[in-house]
Amino acid sequence: MSHFLSPVFASGFFESEAVHIALAVGALVAVVTGVVGVFTVMRGQSFAGEAFGDLGTTGGAGAYLVGVGPLWGFVLGNVIAAGAMEAIGVQRARGRDLATGIVLGAGLGLAALLLHLYTTGHSATGATVTILFGSVFAISSTTIPLIVLLGAIVLAITLTIYRPLLLSSVNAEMASARGIPVRLVGVLYLLALALAAALAAITIGTILSTALIVGPAASALRITRRPLTALLTAAGIGVAAMWLGIVLAYDSYHWPPHGTIWPVSFFVVTLVFITYLLSGLPEARRRRRADRRSSASLVAQPTTTS
Amino acid sequence: MFSGFMVNAWEVASIVAVVAGIVGFFTVMRGSAFAAHAIPNGSFAGAAGAILIGASTLIGLGVFSLGGAMTIGLLGRKGRHDVATALTLVAMLALGALFLSFSVEYAPEVYSLLFGEVLGISPNEIAPTAILGALCILAIAILCRPLMLSSLLPEVGEARGISGLRMEMLFLAVLALTTTMTVPVVGTLLIFSLMIGAPAAARSFTDRPLVAMGLSVAIALLTVWVAIAASYETNYPVGFFVGAGSATSYTIGRVCAAWRNRRTAGLPSVT
Repeated sequence: MSHFLSPVFASGFFESEAVHIALAVGALVAVVTGVVGVFTVMRGQSFAGEAFGDLGTTGGAGAYLVGVGPLWGFVLGNVIAAGAMEAIGVQRARGRDLATGIVLGAGLGLAALLLHLYTTGHSATGATVTILFGSVFAISSTTIPLIVLLGAIVLAITLTIYRPLLLSSVNAEMASARGIPVRLVGVLYLLALALAAALAAITIGTILSTALIVGPAASALRITRRPLTALLTAAGIGVAAMWLGIVLAYDSYHWPPHGTIWPVSFFVVTLVFITYLLSGLPEARRRRRADRRSSASLVAQPTTTS
Repeated sequence: MFSGFMVNAWEVASIVAVVAGIVGFFTVMRGSAFAAHAIPNGSFAGAAGAILIGASTLIGLGVFSLGGAMTIGLLGRKGRHDVATALTLVAMLALGALFLSFSVEYAPEVYSLLFGEVLGISPNEIAPTAILGALCILAIAILCRPLMLSSLLPEVGEARGISGLRMEMLFLAVLALTTTMTVPVVGTLLIFSLMIGAPAAARSFTDRPLVAMGLSVAIALLTVWVAIAASYETNYPVGFFVGAGSATSYTIGRVCAAWRNRRTAGLPSVT
Protein backbone atom coordinates (compact mmCIF):
# COMPACT_ATOMS: atom_id res chain seq x y z
CA MET A 1 0.00 0.00 0.00
CA SER A 2 2.59 2.51 1.07
CA HIS A 3 4.83 1.35 -1.75
CA PHE A 4 1.97 1.80 -4.19
CA LEU A 5 1.24 5.33 -2.98
CA SER A 6 4.83 6.47 -2.68
CA PRO A 7 4.73 8.61 -5.86
CA VAL A 8 1.89 10.61 -4.26
CA PHE A 9 2.98 10.81 -0.65
CA ALA A 10 6.68 11.55 -0.34
CA SER A 11 8.53 9.60 2.32
CA GLY A 12 7.94 10.72 5.88
CA PHE A 13 4.60 12.35 5.09
CA PHE A 14 2.59 10.27 7.54
CA GLU A 15 5.25 10.31 10.24
CA SER A 16 5.81 14.06 10.50
CA GLU A 17 4.08 15.76 13.41
CA ALA A 18 3.98 19.06 11.55
CA VAL A 19 2.00 17.35 8.80
CA HIS A 20 -0.45 15.86 11.32
CA ILE A 21 -1.09 19.27 12.80
CA ALA A 22 -1.38 20.87 9.37
CA LEU A 23 -3.89 18.27 8.18
CA ALA A 24 -6.04 18.53 11.31
CA VAL A 25 -5.98 22.31 11.60
CA GLY A 26 -6.40 22.69 7.85
CA ALA A 27 -9.50 20.52 7.81
CA LEU A 28 -11.07 22.29 10.78
CA VAL A 29 -10.42 25.72 9.32
CA ALA A 30 -11.67 24.68 5.88
CA VAL A 31 -14.96 23.44 7.35
CA VAL A 32 -15.49 26.63 9.35
CA THR A 33 -14.60 28.98 6.49
CA GLY A 34 -16.67 26.95 4.02
CA VAL A 35 -19.78 27.24 6.17
CA VAL A 36 -19.30 30.94 6.89
CA GLY A 37 -18.31 31.63 3.30
CA VAL A 38 -21.63 30.46 1.85
CA PHE A 39 -23.32 33.35 3.62
CA THR A 40 -20.52 35.74 2.67
CA VAL A 41 -21.15 34.98 -0.98
CA MET A 42 -24.92 35.11 -0.63
CA ARG A 43 -24.75 38.46 1.13
CA GLY A 44 -22.24 39.88 -1.33
CA GLN A 45 -19.74 40.60 1.41
CA SER A 46 -16.62 39.19 -0.26
CA PHE A 47 -14.94 42.55 0.05
CA ALA A 48 -15.52 42.55 3.81
CA GLY A 49 -14.01 39.05 3.95
CA GLU A 50 -11.02 40.27 1.98
CA ALA A 51 -10.69 43.31 4.24
CA PHE A 52 -10.69 41.13 7.35
CA GLY A 53 -7.93 39.07 5.84
CA ASP A 54 -5.83 42.12 5.14
CA LEU A 55 -6.60 43.74 8.47
CA GLY A 56 -5.39 40.57 10.10
CA THR A 57 -2.00 41.80 8.89
CA THR A 58 -2.37 44.77 11.23
CA GLY A 59 -3.28 42.55 14.15
CA GLY A 60 -0.58 40.03 13.30
CA ALA A 61 2.07 42.75 13.14
CA GLY A 62 0.87 44.13 16.46
CA ALA A 63 1.03 40.65 18.01
CA TYR A 64 4.63 40.24 16.82
CA LEU A 65 5.46 43.63 18.26
CA VAL A 66 4.16 42.84 21.75
CA GLY A 67 5.39 39.23 21.55
CA VAL A 68 2.22 37.13 21.61
CA GLY A 69 1.06 34.53 19.08
CA PRO A 70 -0.14 35.99 15.77
CA LEU A 71 -3.56 34.35 16.08
CA TRP A 72 -4.42 36.63 19.02
CA GLY A 73 -3.52 39.57 16.83
CA PHE A 74 -5.63 38.33 13.92
CA VAL A 75 -8.64 37.85 16.18
CA LEU A 76 -8.35 41.18 17.97
CA GLY A 77 -7.60 43.13 14.79
CA ASN A 78 -10.55 41.60 12.94
CA VAL A 79 -13.03 42.12 15.76
CA ILE A 80 -12.06 45.80 16.02
CA ALA A 81 -12.32 46.11 12.23
CA ALA A 82 -15.78 44.52 12.31
CA GLY A 83 -16.85 47.12 14.85
CA ALA A 84 -15.48 49.96 12.74
CA MET A 85 -17.16 48.70 9.57
CA GLU A 86 -20.43 48.31 11.40
CA ALA A 87 -20.14 51.87 12.74
CA ILE A 88 -19.49 53.33 9.29
CA GLY A 89 -22.36 51.39 7.80
CA VAL A 90 -21.37 48.13 6.22
CA GLN A 91 -24.94 46.88 6.52
CA ARG A 92 -26.46 49.09 3.87
CA ALA A 93 -25.78 47.72 0.41
CA ARG A 94 -25.15 51.27 -0.78
CA GLY A 95 -21.90 52.65 0.54
CA ARG A 96 -20.93 49.24 1.85
CA ASP A 97 -17.78 48.87 -0.19
CA LEU A 98 -16.79 52.42 0.72
CA ALA A 99 -17.11 51.64 4.43
CA THR A 100 -15.01 48.55 3.91
CA GLY A 101 -12.48 50.41 1.81
CA ILE A 102 -11.97 53.23 4.30
CA VAL A 103 -11.45 50.85 7.21
CA LEU A 104 -9.17 48.72 5.07
CA GLY A 105 -7.06 51.70 4.01
CA ALA A 106 -6.67 53.01 7.54
CA GLY A 107 -5.94 49.54 8.92
CA LEU A 108 -3.30 48.80 6.30
CA GLY A 109 -1.66 52.11 7.09
CA LEU A 110 -1.44 51.00 10.69
CA ALA A 111 -0.04 47.65 9.54
CA ALA A 112 2.69 49.51 7.67
CA LEU A 113 3.61 51.35 10.85
CA LEU A 114 3.57 48.28 13.08
CA LEU A 115 5.61 46.18 10.65
CA HIS A 116 8.04 49.07 10.31
CA LEU A 117 8.43 49.28 14.08
CA TYR A 118 8.85 45.53 14.37
CA THR A 119 11.37 45.12 11.58
CA THR A 120 13.47 48.10 12.68
CA GLY A 121 13.35 46.98 16.30
CA HIS A 122 14.19 43.32 15.72
CA SER A 123 16.25 43.44 12.51
CA ALA A 124 14.07 40.61 11.24
CA THR A 125 12.20 40.96 7.98
CA GLY A 126 10.74 37.45 7.94
CA ALA A 127 7.71 38.56 9.95
CA THR A 128 6.20 40.39 6.99
CA VAL A 129 6.25 37.33 4.75
CA THR A 130 5.11 34.93 7.48
CA ILE A 131 2.13 37.08 8.39
CA LEU A 132 1.16 37.78 4.80
CA PHE A 133 1.54 34.32 3.34
CA GLY A 134 1.16 32.10 6.37
CA SER A 135 2.73 28.77 7.05
CA VAL A 136 0.47 25.90 7.98
CA PHE A 137 3.48 23.69 8.72
CA ALA A 138 4.69 26.15 11.36
CA ILE A 139 1.58 26.02 13.56
CA SER A 140 2.68 24.97 17.02
CA SER A 141 0.66 22.41 18.92
CA THR A 142 0.03 24.95 21.70
CA THR A 143 -2.12 27.05 19.36
CA ILE A 144 -4.45 24.15 18.58
CA PRO A 145 -6.81 24.55 21.58
CA LEU A 146 -7.37 28.20 20.65
CA ILE A 147 -8.00 27.28 17.02
CA VAL A 148 -10.53 24.61 18.03
CA LEU A 149 -12.24 27.02 20.42
CA LEU A 150 -12.50 29.76 17.79
CA GLY A 151 -13.79 27.30 15.22
CA ALA A 152 -16.44 26.09 17.65
CA ILE A 153 -17.50 29.67 18.43
CA VAL A 154 -17.86 30.52 14.75
CA LEU A 155 -19.87 27.38 13.99
CA ALA A 156 -22.03 27.93 17.09
CA ILE A 157 -22.85 31.51 16.06
CA THR A 158 -23.60 30.52 12.48
CA LEU A 159 -25.77 27.53 13.34
CA THR A 160 -27.66 29.37 16.10
CA ILE A 161 -28.73 32.15 13.76
CA TYR A 162 -28.92 29.82 10.74
CA ARG A 163 -32.54 30.34 9.72
CA PRO A 164 -32.83 34.10 10.34
CA LEU A 165 -29.42 34.58 8.73
CA LEU A 166 -30.44 32.62 5.67
CA LEU A 167 -33.67 34.53 5.25
CA SER A 168 -32.09 37.95 5.80
CA SER A 169 -29.29 37.07 3.39
CA VAL A 170 -31.70 36.10 0.65
CA ASN A 171 -34.23 38.86 1.20
CA ALA A 172 -33.65 41.44 3.92
CA GLU A 173 -37.02 43.18 3.47
CA MET A 174 -39.00 40.00 3.86
CA ALA A 175 -36.91 39.02 6.87
CA SER A 176 -37.57 42.28 8.70
CA ALA A 177 -41.26 42.05 7.78
CA ARG A 178 -41.30 38.72 9.59
CA GLY A 179 -39.86 40.34 12.69
CA ILE A 180 -36.28 39.14 12.32
CA PRO A 181 -33.81 41.64 13.83
CA VAL A 182 -31.87 41.94 10.55
CA ARG A 183 -29.32 44.38 11.93
CA LEU A 184 -28.46 42.19 14.93
CA VAL A 185 -28.20 39.13 12.71
CA GLY A 186 -25.89 41.11 10.44
CA VAL A 187 -23.65 42.13 13.34
CA LEU A 188 -23.41 38.58 14.67
CA TYR A 189 -22.63 37.34 11.19
CA LEU A 190 -19.93 39.97 10.70
CA LEU A 191 -18.36 38.79 13.96
CA ALA A 192 -18.40 35.18 12.77
CA LEU A 193 -16.82 36.25 9.48
CA ALA A 194 -14.13 38.20 11.32
CA LEU A 195 -13.20 35.16 13.43
CA ALA A 196 -13.32 32.82 10.43
CA ALA A 197 -10.97 35.14 8.54
CA ALA A 198 -8.57 35.05 11.49
CA LEU A 199 -8.60 31.25 11.36
CA ALA A 200 -8.01 31.28 7.61
CA ALA A 201 -5.15 33.74 8.10
CA ILE A 202 -3.29 31.43 10.46
CA THR A 203 -3.35 28.63 7.89
CA ILE A 204 -2.79 30.29 4.51
CA GLY A 205 -1.77 33.83 5.46
CA THR A 206 -3.63 37.07 5.90
CA ILE A 207 -3.76 38.26 2.32
CA LEU A 208 -4.77 34.87 0.94
CA SER A 209 -7.38 34.05 3.60
CA THR A 210 -10.21 35.26 1.35
CA ALA A 211 -9.58 32.31 -0.91
CA LEU A 212 -10.78 29.83 1.73
CA ILE A 213 -13.83 31.91 2.61
CA VAL A 214 -15.03 32.91 -0.83
CA GLY A 215 -13.71 30.21 -3.17
CA PRO A 216 -15.28 26.96 -1.92
CA ALA A 217 -18.54 28.72 -1.06
CA ALA A 218 -18.87 30.40 -4.45
CA SER A 219 -18.16 27.09 -6.20
CA ALA A 220 -20.69 25.28 -4.01
CA LEU A 221 -23.38 27.87 -4.73
CA ARG A 222 -22.83 27.38 -8.46
CA ILE A 223 -23.22 23.62 -8.09
CA THR A 224 -26.29 23.53 -5.88
CA ARG A 225 -29.01 25.94 -4.91
CA ARG A 226 -30.05 24.17 -1.72
CA PRO A 227 -28.53 26.02 1.26
CA LEU A 228 -27.72 23.03 3.43
CA THR A 229 -26.20 21.09 0.53
CA ALA A 230 -24.19 24.20 -0.34
CA LEU A 231 -22.79 24.39 3.21
CA LEU A 232 -21.67 20.77 3.09
CA THR A 233 -20.30 21.07 -0.45
CA ALA A 234 -18.34 24.20 0.47
CA ALA A 235 -16.85 22.52 3.52
CA GLY A 236 -15.99 19.46 1.42
CA ILE A 237 -14.30 21.49 -1.33
CA GLY A 238 -12.38 23.44 1.29
CA VAL A 239 -11.08 20.34 3.05
CA ALA A 240 -10.17 18.69 -0.26
CA ALA A 241 -8.25 21.75 -1.48
CA MET A 242 -6.52 22.08 1.86
CA TRP A 243 -5.39 18.46 2.09
CA LEU A 244 -4.35 18.23 -1.53
CA GLY A 245 -2.46 21.49 -1.10
CA ILE A 246 -0.61 20.13 1.92
CA VAL A 247 0.30 16.91 0.09
CA LEU A 248 1.52 18.80 -2.98
CA ALA A 249 3.52 21.25 -0.87
CA TYR A 250 5.15 18.34 0.94
CA ASP A 251 5.99 16.67 -2.36
CA SER A 252 7.28 19.90 -3.89
CA TYR A 253 10.50 19.56 -1.92
CA HIS A 254 11.67 17.29 -4.72
CA TRP A 255 10.60 19.68 -7.46
CA PRO A 256 12.78 22.42 -8.97
CA PRO A 257 14.25 24.68 -7.73
CA HIS A 258 15.92 22.23 -5.39
CA GLY A 259 15.67 22.43 -1.65
CA THR A 260 12.70 24.79 -1.37
CA ILE A 261 9.14 23.91 -0.46
CA TRP A 262 6.52 25.55 -2.64
CA PRO A 263 4.12 27.41 -0.34
CA VAL A 264 1.02 25.52 0.80
CA SER A 265 -1.02 28.67 0.25
CA PHE A 266 -0.10 28.68 -3.41
CA PHE A 267 -1.48 25.17 -3.95
CA VAL A 268 -4.60 25.73 -1.86
CA VAL A 269 -5.51 28.97 -3.62
CA THR A 270 -4.77 27.57 -7.06
CA LEU A 271 -6.93 24.51 -6.40
CA VAL A 272 -9.74 26.70 -5.09
CA PHE A 273 -9.53 28.97 -8.13
CA ILE A 274 -9.59 26.03 -10.56
CA THR A 275 -12.59 24.57 -8.71
CA TYR A 276 -14.42 27.87 -9.08
CA LEU A 277 -13.72 27.99 -12.82
CA LEU A 278 -14.84 24.36 -13.31
CA SER A 279 -17.98 24.82 -11.22
CA GLY A 280 -19.21 27.39 -13.72
CA LEU A 281 -19.19 24.96 -16.61
CA PRO A 282 -22.49 23.09 -16.01
CA GLU A 283 -24.29 26.37 -15.44
CA ALA A 284 -22.85 27.84 -18.64
CA ARG A 285 -23.88 24.76 -20.64
CA ARG A 286 -27.39 24.88 -19.20
CA ARG A 287 -27.68 28.54 -20.04
CA ARG A 288 -26.46 28.02 -23.58
CA ARG A 289 -29.03 25.28 -24.07
CA ALA A 290 -31.76 27.50 -22.65
CA ASP A 291 -30.66 30.30 -24.95
CA ARG A 292 -30.85 28.03 -27.95
CA ARG A 293 -34.33 26.88 -27.03
CA SER A 294 -35.76 30.37 -26.75
CA SER A 295 -33.98 32.97 -28.78
CA ALA A 296 -34.71 35.61 -26.17
CA SER A 297 -32.30 35.54 -23.24
CA LEU A 298 -34.24 34.49 -20.18
CA VAL A 299 -31.67 35.06 -17.49
CA ALA A 300 -30.82 38.64 -16.69
CA GLN A 301 -27.71 39.03 -14.59
CA PRO A 302 -28.41 40.74 -11.29
CA THR A 303 -26.28 43.86 -11.01
CA THR A 304 -24.11 43.73 -7.96
CA THR A 305 -22.49 47.13 -8.25
CA SER A 306 -22.79 49.60 -5.37
CA MET B 1 12.91 68.66 3.49
CA PHE B 2 12.77 70.23 0.04
CA SER B 3 16.23 69.41 -1.21
CA GLY B 4 18.01 66.53 -2.90
CA PHE B 5 16.17 63.22 -3.01
CA MET B 6 13.12 64.76 -1.36
CA VAL B 7 12.36 66.77 -4.50
CA ASN B 8 11.75 63.50 -6.35
CA ALA B 9 9.38 62.35 -3.64
CA TRP B 10 7.35 65.56 -3.77
CA GLU B 11 7.11 65.50 -7.56
CA VAL B 12 6.19 61.86 -7.93
CA ALA B 13 3.75 61.88 -5.04
CA SER B 14 2.00 64.92 -6.47
CA ILE B 15 1.60 63.24 -9.86
CA VAL B 16 0.26 60.14 -8.14
CA ALA B 17 -2.17 62.16 -6.04
CA VAL B 18 -3.61 63.97 -9.06
CA VAL B 19 -4.15 60.73 -10.97
CA ALA B 20 -5.53 58.95 -7.90
CA GLY B 21 -7.92 61.81 -7.20
CA ILE B 22 -9.35 61.67 -10.73
CA VAL B 23 -9.42 57.91 -11.29
CA GLY B 24 -10.58 57.41 -7.70
CA PHE B 25 -13.52 59.71 -8.27
CA PHE B 26 -14.88 57.31 -10.87
CA THR B 27 -13.93 54.33 -8.71
CA VAL B 28 -16.10 55.58 -5.88
CA MET B 29 -18.92 56.60 -8.20
CA ARG B 30 -19.00 53.17 -9.84
CA GLY B 31 -18.66 51.35 -6.53
CA SER B 32 -15.47 49.67 -7.74
CA ALA B 33 -13.57 50.01 -4.48
CA PHE B 34 -12.92 46.27 -4.38
CA ALA B 35 -11.42 46.23 -7.88
CA ALA B 36 -9.31 49.26 -6.97
CA HIS B 37 -8.00 47.26 -4.04
CA ALA B 38 -7.58 43.99 -5.92
CA ILE B 39 -5.71 45.18 -9.02
CA PRO B 40 -2.83 46.98 -7.27
CA ASN B 41 -2.61 44.36 -4.56
CA GLY B 42 -2.56 41.44 -6.98
CA SER B 43 -0.17 43.09 -9.41
CA PHE B 44 2.53 42.87 -6.78
CA ALA B 45 2.89 39.24 -7.89
CA GLY B 46 3.93 40.60 -11.27
CA ALA B 47 6.69 42.62 -9.68
CA ALA B 48 7.84 39.58 -7.71
CA GLY B 49 7.86 37.47 -10.88
CA ALA B 50 9.72 40.14 -12.85
CA ILE B 51 12.43 40.36 -10.23
CA LEU B 52 12.69 36.57 -10.20
CA ILE B 53 13.36 36.32 -13.94
CA GLY B 54 15.37 39.53 -13.99
CA ALA B 55 12.91 41.60 -16.03
CA SER B 56 11.81 45.16 -15.38
CA THR B 57 9.39 45.54 -12.46
CA LEU B 58 7.28 47.91 -14.52
CA ILE B 59 6.64 45.23 -17.16
CA GLY B 60 5.70 42.65 -14.52
CA LEU B 61 3.31 45.07 -12.88
CA GLY B 62 1.81 46.06 -16.20
CA VAL B 63 1.21 42.48 -17.36
CA PHE B 64 -0.28 41.35 -14.06
CA SER B 65 -2.44 44.39 -13.44
CA LEU B 66 -3.85 44.32 -16.95
CA GLY B 67 -4.32 40.54 -16.85
CA GLY B 68 -5.98 40.79 -13.45
CA ALA B 69 -8.26 43.60 -14.58
CA MET B 70 -9.40 41.67 -17.64
CA THR B 71 -9.95 38.50 -15.60
CA ILE B 72 -12.06 40.41 -13.10
CA GLY B 73 -14.09 41.91 -15.92
CA LEU B 74 -14.64 38.63 -17.76
CA LEU B 75 -15.36 36.46 -14.71
CA GLY B 76 -17.56 39.16 -13.18
CA ARG B 77 -19.71 39.16 -16.30
CA LYS B 78 -20.93 35.63 -15.64
CA GLY B 79 -20.83 35.20 -11.86
CA ARG B 80 -21.02 37.47 -8.87
CA HIS B 81 -18.78 40.44 -9.33
CA ASP B 82 -17.29 40.57 -5.84
CA VAL B 83 -16.57 36.84 -5.87
CA ALA B 84 -14.78 37.15 -9.21
CA THR B 85 -12.72 40.04 -7.88
CA ALA B 86 -11.80 38.23 -4.67
CA LEU B 87 -10.77 35.04 -6.43
CA THR B 88 -8.77 36.80 -9.12
CA LEU B 89 -6.96 38.72 -6.39
CA VAL B 90 -6.05 35.66 -4.34
CA ALA B 91 -5.02 33.70 -7.42
CA MET B 92 -2.57 36.47 -8.32
CA LEU B 93 -1.36 36.75 -4.74
CA ALA B 94 -0.81 33.00 -4.58
CA LEU B 95 1.46 33.26 -7.61
CA GLY B 96 3.21 36.06 -5.77
CA ALA B 97 3.73 33.81 -2.77
CA LEU B 98 5.21 31.17 -5.04
CA PHE B 99 7.61 33.62 -6.71
CA LEU B 100 8.63 34.92 -3.31
CA SER B 101 9.41 31.45 -2.02
CA PHE B 102 11.80 30.98 -4.95
CA SER B 103 13.76 34.15 -4.27
CA VAL B 104 15.16 34.23 -0.79
CA GLU B 105 16.44 37.77 -0.41
CA TYR B 106 13.19 39.43 -1.20
CA ALA B 107 11.42 40.20 2.09
CA PRO B 108 12.27 43.92 2.34
CA GLU B 109 11.13 44.39 -1.23
CA VAL B 110 7.76 42.86 -0.37
CA TYR B 111 7.35 45.40 2.34
CA SER B 112 8.19 48.32 0.08
CA LEU B 113 5.93 47.06 -2.73
CA LEU B 114 2.99 46.66 -0.40
CA PHE B 115 3.47 49.69 1.78
CA GLY B 116 5.41 52.07 -0.41
CA GLU B 117 8.81 53.65 -0.28
CA VAL B 118 8.02 57.09 -1.55
CA LEU B 119 11.06 58.65 0.11
CA GLY B 120 13.40 56.38 -1.82
CA ILE B 121 12.30 57.47 -5.29
CA SER B 122 15.12 57.98 -7.75
CA PRO B 123 15.08 60.74 -10.40
CA ASN B 124 14.81 58.28 -13.29
CA GLU B 125 11.44 57.08 -11.98
CA ILE B 126 9.87 60.48 -12.52
CA ALA B 127 9.64 60.34 -16.32
CA PRO B 128 7.80 56.99 -16.59
CA THR B 129 5.45 57.99 -13.79
CA ALA B 130 4.65 61.28 -15.48
CA ILE B 131 4.09 59.67 -18.89
CA LEU B 132 1.83 56.90 -17.54
CA GLY B 133 0.00 59.43 -15.37
CA ALA B 134 -0.66 61.62 -18.39
CA LEU B 135 -1.95 58.56 -20.26
CA CYS B 136 -4.37 57.79 -17.40
CA ILE B 137 -5.71 61.33 -17.36
CA LEU B 138 -6.00 61.36 -21.14
CA ALA B 139 -7.94 58.09 -21.09
CA ILE B 140 -10.27 59.44 -18.42
CA ALA B 141 -10.75 62.68 -20.37
CA ILE B 142 -11.76 60.74 -23.48
CA LEU B 143 -14.01 58.37 -21.55
CA CYS B 144 -15.37 61.02 -19.19
CA ARG B 145 -18.89 61.56 -20.52
CA PRO B 146 -19.87 57.97 -21.43
CA LEU B 147 -18.19 56.69 -18.28
CA MET B 148 -20.10 59.10 -16.08
CA LEU B 149 -23.38 58.28 -17.80
CA SER B 150 -22.90 54.54 -17.55
CA SER B 151 -21.78 54.85 -13.92
CA LEU B 152 -24.67 57.01 -12.75
CA LEU B 153 -27.48 55.86 -15.05
CA PRO B 154 -26.51 52.52 -16.56
CA GLU B 155 -29.92 51.98 -18.17
CA VAL B 156 -29.87 55.34 -19.93
CA GLY B 157 -26.31 54.64 -21.03
CA GLU B 158 -27.31 51.30 -22.54
CA ALA B 159 -30.26 52.96 -24.30
CA ARG B 160 -27.88 55.46 -25.85
CA GLY B 161 -25.64 52.67 -27.10
CA ILE B 162 -23.00 52.80 -24.38
CA SER B 163 -22.20 49.20 -23.55
CA GLY B 164 -21.93 48.74 -19.79
CA LEU B 165 -19.54 45.83 -20.25
CA ARG B 166 -17.24 47.78 -22.56
CA MET B 167 -17.20 50.71 -20.13
CA GLU B 168 -16.39 48.35 -17.27
CA MET B 169 -13.53 46.78 -19.20
CA LEU B 170 -12.15 50.16 -20.26
CA PHE B 171 -12.37 51.48 -16.73
CA LEU B 172 -10.64 48.41 -15.32
CA ALA B 173 -7.91 48.92 -17.92
CA VAL B 174 -7.47 52.50 -16.68
CA LEU B 175 -7.25 51.16 -13.14
CA ALA B 176 -4.56 48.74 -14.30
CA LEU B 177 -2.64 51.57 -15.94
CA THR B 178 -2.87 53.64 -12.77
CA THR B 179 -1.60 50.66 -10.82
CA THR B 180 1.36 50.14 -13.11
CA MET B 181 2.48 53.70 -12.72
CA THR B 182 1.93 54.05 -9.00
CA VAL B 183 2.81 50.76 -7.34
CA PRO B 184 6.57 50.82 -7.97
CA VAL B 185 6.85 54.24 -6.39
CA VAL B 186 4.24 54.36 -3.68
CA GLY B 187 3.13 50.78 -3.02
CA THR B 188 -0.28 49.18 -3.30
CA LEU B 189 -1.58 50.51 -0.02
CA LEU B 190 -1.01 54.19 -0.61
CA ILE B 191 -2.72 54.19 -3.97
CA PHE B 192 -5.76 52.36 -2.63
CA SER B 193 -6.17 54.70 0.33
CA LEU B 194 -5.88 57.73 -1.92
CA MET B 195 -8.25 56.36 -4.54
CA ILE B 196 -10.98 55.69 -1.99
CA GLY B 197 -10.48 58.15 0.85
CA ALA B 198 -10.11 61.40 -1.06
CA PRO B 199 -13.03 60.98 -3.52
CA ALA B 200 -15.31 59.59 -0.82
CA ALA B 201 -14.59 62.65 1.31
CA ALA B 202 -15.07 64.96 -1.68
CA ARG B 203 -18.47 63.47 -2.41
CA SER B 204 -19.63 64.25 1.10
CA PHE B 205 -18.93 67.93 0.55
CA THR B 206 -20.67 68.44 -2.78
CA ASP B 207 -23.11 66.73 -5.11
CA ARG B 208 -21.83 68.29 -8.33
CA PRO B 209 -19.60 65.81 -10.18
CA LEU B 210 -16.98 68.18 -11.59
CA VAL B 211 -16.59 70.10 -8.33
CA ALA B 212 -16.29 66.80 -6.50
CA MET B 213 -13.60 65.65 -8.92
CA GLY B 214 -11.57 68.83 -8.35
CA LEU B 215 -12.06 68.59 -4.61
CA SER B 216 -11.01 64.95 -4.73
CA VAL B 217 -7.71 65.90 -6.39
CA ALA B 218 -7.18 68.66 -3.83
CA ILE B 219 -7.79 66.36 -0.88
CA ALA B 220 -5.52 63.69 -2.36
CA LEU B 221 -2.74 66.25 -2.86
CA LEU B 222 -3.13 67.59 0.65
CA THR B 223 -3.09 64.05 2.08
CA VAL B 224 0.17 63.07 0.36
CA TRP B 225 1.89 66.35 1.12
CA VAL B 226 1.06 66.14 4.80
CA ALA B 227 2.00 62.44 4.78
CA ILE B 228 5.42 63.06 3.20
CA ALA B 229 6.19 65.89 5.58
CA ALA B 230 5.13 63.81 8.57
CA SER B 231 7.06 60.79 7.33
CA TYR B 232 10.17 62.93 6.84
CA GLU B 233 9.91 64.33 10.34
CA THR B 234 9.11 61.11 12.20
CA ASN B 235 10.82 58.50 10.00
CA TYR B 236 7.65 56.37 10.10
CA PRO B 237 6.40 54.79 6.84
CA VAL B 238 4.55 57.17 4.56
CA GLY B 239 1.77 54.62 4.01
CA PHE B 240 0.69 54.94 7.61
CA PHE B 241 0.16 58.69 7.29
CA VAL B 242 -1.65 58.35 3.98
CA GLY B 243 -3.99 55.73 5.44
CA ALA B 244 -4.64 57.83 8.52
CA GLY B 245 -5.05 60.99 6.45
CA SER B 246 -7.56 59.37 4.09
CA ALA B 247 -9.61 58.04 6.97
CA THR B 248 -9.52 61.43 8.68
CA SER B 249 -10.64 63.34 5.61
CA TYR B 250 -13.43 60.84 5.07
CA THR B 251 -14.56 61.23 8.68
CA ILE B 252 -14.55 65.03 8.36
CA GLY B 253 -16.55 64.70 5.15
CA ARG B 254 -19.12 62.48 6.84
CA VAL B 255 -19.48 64.86 9.78
CA CYS B 256 -19.94 67.81 7.42
CA ALA B 257 -22.50 65.88 5.39
CA ALA B 258 -24.43 64.98 8.52
CA TRP B 259 -24.36 68.62 9.58
CA ARG B 260 -25.57 69.77 6.15
CA ASN B 261 -28.33 67.21 6.22
CA ARG B 262 -29.49 68.38 9.60
CA ARG B 263 -29.69 71.97 8.37
CA THR B 264 -31.73 70.95 5.37
CA ALA B 265 -33.76 68.50 7.43
CA GLY B 266 -36.79 67.22 5.61
CA LEU B 267 -35.06 67.12 2.24
CA PRO B 268 -33.93 63.63 1.26
CA SER B 269 -30.21 63.05 1.43
CA VAL B 270 -28.54 62.62 -1.93
CA THR B 271 -25.29 60.97 -1.06
